[in-house]
This record gives sequence, C-alpha cells and structure tokens, in this order.
Amino acid sequence: MAATRVVVDPITRIEGHLRIEAQQENGRITNAWTTATQFRGLEIVMQGRDPRDAWAFAQRICGVCTVVHAVASCRAVEDALGIRIPPNANIIRNLIHGMQFVQDHVIHFYHLHALDWVDITSALKADPAATSRLAASISPWPNNSATWFAEVKDRVSKFVSSGQLGIFTNGYWGHPAYKMPPEANLMAVAHYLEALDWQRDVIRLHTIFGGKNPHPNFLVGGMASAINLESTATINAERLTDIHDMIKRAQRFVEQVYWPDLQAIASFYKEWASIGGGVTNYLACGEFPEGNIDEPDKFYLPRGIILDRDLTKVVPYDSSKVAEYISSSWYDYAQGDEAGLHPYEGETKPNYSGPPAPWTYLQGEKKYSWLKSPRYEGRAMEVGPLARMLVAYASGHEDVKAIIGDALGRLKVGPAALFSTLGRTAARGAETVLLARRMSTWYDALVDRIKSGDTQTFTKDKWEPETWPATAQGYGFLDAPRGALGHWVQIADGKISRYQCVVPSTWNAGPRDPQGQPGPYEAALTDNHPLLDPARPIEILRTIHSFDPCIACGVHVLDAEGKTVTEVKVL
Amino acid sequence: MFYPTSHPWSTDQSLGDHLAERGVSRRDFLEFCGSMCAVLGISSTMLPKVAAQLEAIKRPSIIWLQLQECTGCVESVLRTAEPSIGDLVLDMVSLDYQHTLMAGAGEAVERAKADAMAANKGKYILVVTGSIPLEANGMYLTIGGRTGREILEEAARDAAAIVGVGACAHFGSVQAARPNPTGAVGINKIITDKPVVNIAGCPPIGDVVTATLVHFLTFGRLPEMDSEGRPLFAYGKRIHDQCTRRAHFDAGQYVEVFDDEAARKGWCLYKVGCKGPAVFSPCPIFQWNTRTSWPIGAGHPCIGCTEPYFWDTMTPFYGRLPNVAGFGIESKVDTIGAALALGATAGVAAHAAATGLYQLRHRKQAEAEAAAGSSTPTKEG
Ligand code: SF4
Ligand code: SF4
Repeated sequence: MAATRVVVDPITRIEGHLRIEAQQENGRITNAWTTATQFRGLEIVMQGRDPRDAWAFAQRICGVCTVVHAVASCRAVEDALGIRIPPNANIIRNLIHGMQFVQDHVIHFYHLHALDWVDITSALKADPAATSRLAASISPWPNNSATWFAEVKDRVSKFVSSGQLGIFTNGYWGHPAYKMPPEANLMAVAHYLEALDWQRDVIRLHTIFGGKNPHPNFLVGGMASAINLESTATINAERLTDIHDMIKRAQRFVEQVYWPDLQAIASFYKEWASIGGGVTNYLACGEFPEGNIDEPDKFYLPRGIILDRDLTKVVPYDSSKVAEYISSSWYDYAQGDEAGLHPYEGETKPNYSGPPAPWTYLQGEKKYSWLKSPRYEGRAMEVGPLARMLVAYASGHEDVKAIIGDALGRLKVGPAALFSTLGRTAARGAETVLLARRMSTWYDALVDRIKSGDTQTFTKDKWEPETWPATAQGYGFLDAPRGALGHWVQIADGKISRYQCVVPSTWNAGPRDPQGQPGPYEAALTDNHPLLDPARPIEILRTIHSFDPCIACGVHVLDAEGKTVTEVKVL
Repeated sequence: MFYPTSHPWSTDQSLGDHLAERGVSRRDFLEFCGSMCAVLGISSTMLPKVAAQLEAIKRPSIIWLQLQECTGCVESVLRTAEPSIGDLVLDMVSLDYQHTLMAGAGEAVERAKADAMAANKGKYILVVTGSIPLEANGMYLTIGGRTGREILEEAARDAAAIVGVGACAHFGSVQAARPNPTGAVGINKIITDKPVVNIAGCPPIGDVVTATLVHFLTFGRLPEMDSEGRPLFAYGKRIHDQCTRRAHFDAGQYVEVFDDEAARKGWCLYKVGCKGPAVFSPCPIFQWNTRTSWPIGAGHPCIGCTEPYFWDTMTPFYGRLPNVAGFGIESKVDTIGAALALGATAGVAAHAAATGLYQLRHRKQAEAEAAAGSSTPTKEG
C-alpha cells in the first residue's frame, strides 16, 4: 500500500505557527516533518539598544510564557555587568516564574491538550450523579456536585443543539481514538470551564509584582515593586495576604483538580505510554535558584543530561558540546550546509528556498523550516517537563522521586512508561504539583526576610551606564515551562552589540540534521505511532501537544543583512 | 470570555431571551448596560437604547486571525475581568475561527473559517492580532502554505468590521522596531478601503477589546477613534492626567532611583523614565487583571506601549521624557489636555495634535542625533 501524504497546518492549540507533514501507511506514521512557518527577527532589533531595555524586547518573543524571556534577559545583563540582585528580588522572581509554570501548565492541560483526549459530545450522554461519584472517588474538590455537572451538561447540550459550534466546529468528535466513558468526559469539560476562571485569578500575582499580565514589568538589578508595610502604594501586608491566598488557591486546584484529572484520564489511555517517545536524550539546565544564581546545586530543580534513557546516571552539561545545524533550515552557512556551529561562531543568514506561496507540500524539499537543528555532541535532545523530571528523578531528588513513583504505581507501569507521549503529559502535571507546593516555601522566606527588616528589592550600584565597563558579556539561563532556555548578551559602550537566544522549541521542534537524524517532534511522531484517519489527525495532535509547542520562541533569530547575530556561548 | 460553552446561547434566541432563560434579572442587565455606558462614555439618557439594542442582537460570527505575533494579546483577552453578566454579553459572539482555542486543526479549521465567512458574508467581525511581514515575498509568515497578507486580504473583504488587537496589528510592534528585519506592518497598511479600529497596547487590556465589540454590536458602528484608530472611550486621556501618583509629580516628589525612600512612598516615576505624560491609555482607569494593579501602580514607569512605534520613540525606557519637567512640550500638551474635556470632535483633533507634537519632537531630536552621527533610531511614519 502506498504511503498517504498528510498535512496539518495550522497546528492549533499551541503558541505560534507550526506545520506538520507526515506519511501514513497501514494506520501508522512512517515519516514526519516539522515546519516552523513564522519568523520575526527580534535579536537583530535589540542591537544598539540600552541593555536595561532588553528584557522588554525579549519578553515579546512569547506572550504565553510571558515571564521567561524577560527573566533570562535580566539574568544575562546582570551577569554581564556583575550585578547581584537582592535575595528578596530573587524570591519574587521565583514566585512569579513559579506561578507562570503552574498557571501555564494548567491552561496547557485543559485548554490546549485536553480536547485531544476528551470528547465533548460524549459528555452529553453522561449521568451527572455518576459523574459526581466518579469525581468524588478521586478528589475532595467541593465543586464536584451532581448539580454542577448537570448544569454543565445542560449548557453543553444547548450549545451543541444551537448549531453554532464556534471553536468546537469540525473537531474530531466521535473519533474511535476517544476512549473515555461519558462521565469522565463530562468531568473534564466541567473542569475546563472552572480552570478558565481559576487562571484569571491566580495570575494576578504577576500584576501585584509586575503591574500587568501578560507581559509584567521586570527590572535589571532586581524588581521595581518596592516593599513598605506602611504604604498603600507598595507591597504591604494586604498585597502579601492576597499573594498568600492565591498560592493556596493555586495549590488546591492543582492537587484537587488538575493532578487527579490527569491521572484519571491517563488511566484510559495507557497504550500512549508506549507511543511517541522519540529521541532518547534529555537535557535540563535547572531552575529556581534558592541560593545564588551561580550555585546550581542550590536550584530546586537540578541541572543535567540523561543519555540513551539511562536513568542510572546523570551526565553533567557541558556548553561547549552544543552545535546548531542548518542543512534542513532556510539559512546559509559560509562553510556550507553540512557544518555545525557552536553558537559562539553561529551565523544567521536567512535564505528562503522553499516553493512560492501558496504551496501544498514541503516534504521532499531539502530545506523545510525556519528552525535550526541544535545538537549536543551530535545528538538530538528533548527539553521540557519530562527532561526536568527525568534528570531530577535520576539525581535522587526526593520530592520528584516520591511523586513520580506514586503516579507510576497508580498506573501500574514502570519508569520506561515515562519515555512517551503520556509520560510527557504526566511529567508536566507532577512538576506543577511540586512547584505549587514550593511556592509556599518561597513565600514564607520572603515574609521572614521582611520581618527581619530586609525590604530591599533592587541593587542600584551598577544601574548607571557610567559604572559599566567599556565591553562586557554575559548569559542568563532559565529552565522555562517548555524547557531549557539561554540568552547571551554582549555590551559595548553602553549598548547591546549582540544578542542571542537558544530556546526550548528549537531543541524540540527543529528539523533533520546533516546525518538525517530527526528532531524530537519528528522522532516522536514515528515512534510506534498510530494515525487512523489522515483527514482527522487527532493522534498527531496528541503527541505534538504533549510537547506544548511555543513556535514563536523558536523562530526569532534573524539578521536581514546576514552579518552579526553570532557570538554567543552556551550554558 | 470567548468560550461559548460557558453560557450556550442558541442561534435563534435574542440576547434578552437568553438572559431571561439564564435567570439574569432585568435589573442586573440594566446595571450592566449602565456600566458599559460609563465605560464607553455614553450619556445615561442613552441607556434604554443600549439595553434595547443589546437585548435584540443575535450571536454574530467572529473570525480571529493570528498573524506575526506572540499570542500575548490572545492571553490578555482570556484574562478579561468581568462581572458574570459581562461574561454573558461577551458570549454573544460565535467564535468561529481562533487558533489558540480551536478543537480541530489543519484542513478542518481552514474549512470552518471558509464556511463561516461564506455563511456570514458582510456580517462577521474580523479580529486580527499580529502584523504582516512584507519582505521576502511574505514568506516570513505562512499558514496552510499561504502568506499572512493573502489570508488577511481575503478575510477583510467581506468583514462588517475590522478590529486590530494589540501593537502588532496596530503598527507591527516589536518586530517592526528598527531595523524592522521582516518588513512588518500593521493591518491598516494593507487594508485601506475600510476603517480599522486599533485596540492599542502590547498587549492591550482585554476589557477594552470586549467593550469595543459591545459598542459595535450595540450601535452597528465602530466607536469614535483618534488619528491612530484608537477608540476614544479608552484612549482619550493621558495616563499622566489619571495617574494615582500625579499629586507627587505636581509637588515635585520624584523617585530618583528604584527602591529609594521615594519609591517606598509611592512617589512619581517621571525621573526614572515614566512616559505617562506622552501616552494615551486606559491603564489607570481600567487597570489590569480584575483591577488588581497597573504598571505604575506596581512601581515601574510606563513604557508607552499604546503609542505607535513606541519601541523606537519611547526608548530608552528608563530615559527621561524630553522636556516634561522643563515645560517645553508639556505646557502645550496640558493646554490641549484641557481642551479634550470640551467635546468629542475637539477631543479627536486635540488628541491627535498632542500625540503628533510629541512624535514630531522626538523625530526632530532623532534626526538631529542621526545627523550628528549617533546611532539613535529614526522612524518614518
Ligand atoms: S502586541 Fe505585544 S503582546 Fe500583542 S501579540 Fe504583539 S508582541 Fe505580543
Ligand atoms: S510621570 Fe508617570 S508616574 Fe509621574 S504622575 Fe505622570 S504618569 Fe504618573
């Protein structure tokens, strides 16, 4: 039987613009290609600007994880200028980034990923009382009443009968890949709605410290939100109480709704624990400094690499072993397409060589994406929640071992099940539980410091450009919700001379390298991967969404003149 | 807000019937209409008309395009603060195409869009986030193998109204900042035969988007706009004139450096770079995220994100706005600010003049610096 050509463009329920092409034979995917179809060129825009402004430019790389590029940028500039931020500012950044993780992962699960597993139309057949019993069997969440589920069911059935399906138009409803009973579907739909209200509430932590969300404000050298218990215009006891309560509400939703739902849904899809594994190497740069920024052993989530899925050892990460390839990307290298360049010597000369628009297929094209292919010692690496949980698990991190062990035990599967589409989704949930809990520790630490009289949030000694050296360079790492991220900045005469980012979705969504090795998305889609009906590619969405794509992140590098945007070092 | 399932509303029902069925009292509804009037700056004598119009409307179709952007604007709309009645009213749309939320993908959603545009020809509202890259024949953004420009032109053709959400749709935002590597432009550089309303900001406050849609649905036309296409009900006033720290500005009480004693007392941020005196925005009034706070409220200077080309005209962000304290342009802007209160027509002109004055000044300064060989940007337009 000949291979069927499959195109999914746009991939929806992601950040950015992504295209997947594949070949399907006998109900399985035999080949896959990932294409990033948007390009913005922010790094070149940043050249010649005040380095203290860089965070705001970098932040606009992505409005979904709206704090990660801003924090990475501040860390890079602070590293370059030798600024050590006050402990309070570090804690505040951890709280902001922690809430980003928690809110973003919950939105991902319910609003971006759930419809791959949850059939809304099946929920119409549910018995609300049975749904309530099901929900009570897995969680003490007080809203799980039969009345509430009946109300949701009523809303959904009216909506469906209205004929105007809005965002649910042409969904893959009734597809045989949907496996859950009506009650489980109804429970998930009800929580989809609840999560909407919840996310709007808990993210206000960003507004208190940063004035708004999306895109809260940051500051090189600390944070701009001053602390003064005696003022109405600053962080005071009233603001702190609001934050405390938001953290509690975040924890409660994650522990009583998200995490139980995730495990319940997973139990109906256990076959997905052997589908969609893909590449066998995992990289985490570590995150949440609880000491100084240059003390990785004091990060809450550790740094390291897992090679060949060997969980008996964690390999230290060595930045000199990273190289980026362009043999499948719309760029030129002076040394030719086979070369792999360390980001220090990196070049970015865009050269679109695909077909003119409108096109139908890119498969068969030698070059097919705006993303490059980063490799570590020549190997493709997966980054993100699964990589972080694997590195922590293998490092003997007690919290991670406990929660992962518990989840595996409940699903009655071994650690090998983690190397899969389902494993990726489960790792994201486990990480959310741990970070929601950890936020209380950071909050308590902040309050203790204020009690002891320390209210400093900003280091002023290197604020004025006159105090800077003529030239400087630095990097800021950050393990973002979607994976390892690095920003590199070079400063000359008070201005940015070079800026470079290496981001999560370049690692995960990059195309083939000169050896023909596929990137993690491509490898996952061809790893024991079903695709029943090419016209209704729900299985592709499951695996791609398990990575939580953020494509605008990956495609931000551009130098129209084909110069500069070169010299960076990698973590 | 745009989750139709949260309050399903069947096709043939009017909003009035829909609300009645949901047990919303007439009083709550009128109260909501009243608060909408206040937000939109409509006289309360219009209240019965607003209520009657809103009650009679049927769910219109919305096609939402996401072009060259960061999805921050979509997230902002998802954070819309609303009384539950607002939720209902915003539910008055059928969101027929929206990448971030749609269940289907690929061909299935492209078909959904084509069907909705055909079925609602001349009646649907087109919402656009993101800019259009014109360099490299538009290949810096394709969706389904088609360029952003082609997709926008097609969707605009039969739209009843076009609402640009965010700085990207407004003027290209950060990707259009010097040197604008992809040739990114806002939608009104492409769509020139129809009015485009710009809900300015990077991102804008979600509530402004919803209020603009309410305006269109109620009155059948877009709200009055300034020369930038920004609706006056939200962008008619300067931040500086609404600012909670204004008394400190007038009293000469300034933060000199972040986290100093003045910062801990909530004094004016002008000297650490606040652009509030040159920026028209609803931030101090609407505030952010269920009225929790706003940028200046949280101690950071305004970066001017509702103004055109702010990445070039308002940077360096921590640099002092030229001549505000020295009362060069400021005195003119203040005089004009007073005129704003006089009336809508005068307001539009004055507002345009005020913004224009600042930009002119900035451009002159940039040109002078460029002539002097400095690398400070200039920006045409
Ligand atoms: S206007 Fe700003 S927040 Fe909105 S999409 Fe553009 S860059 Fe993102
Ligand atoms: S300069 Fe800024 S902080 Fe000061 S009063 Fe004006 S808007 Fe407010």
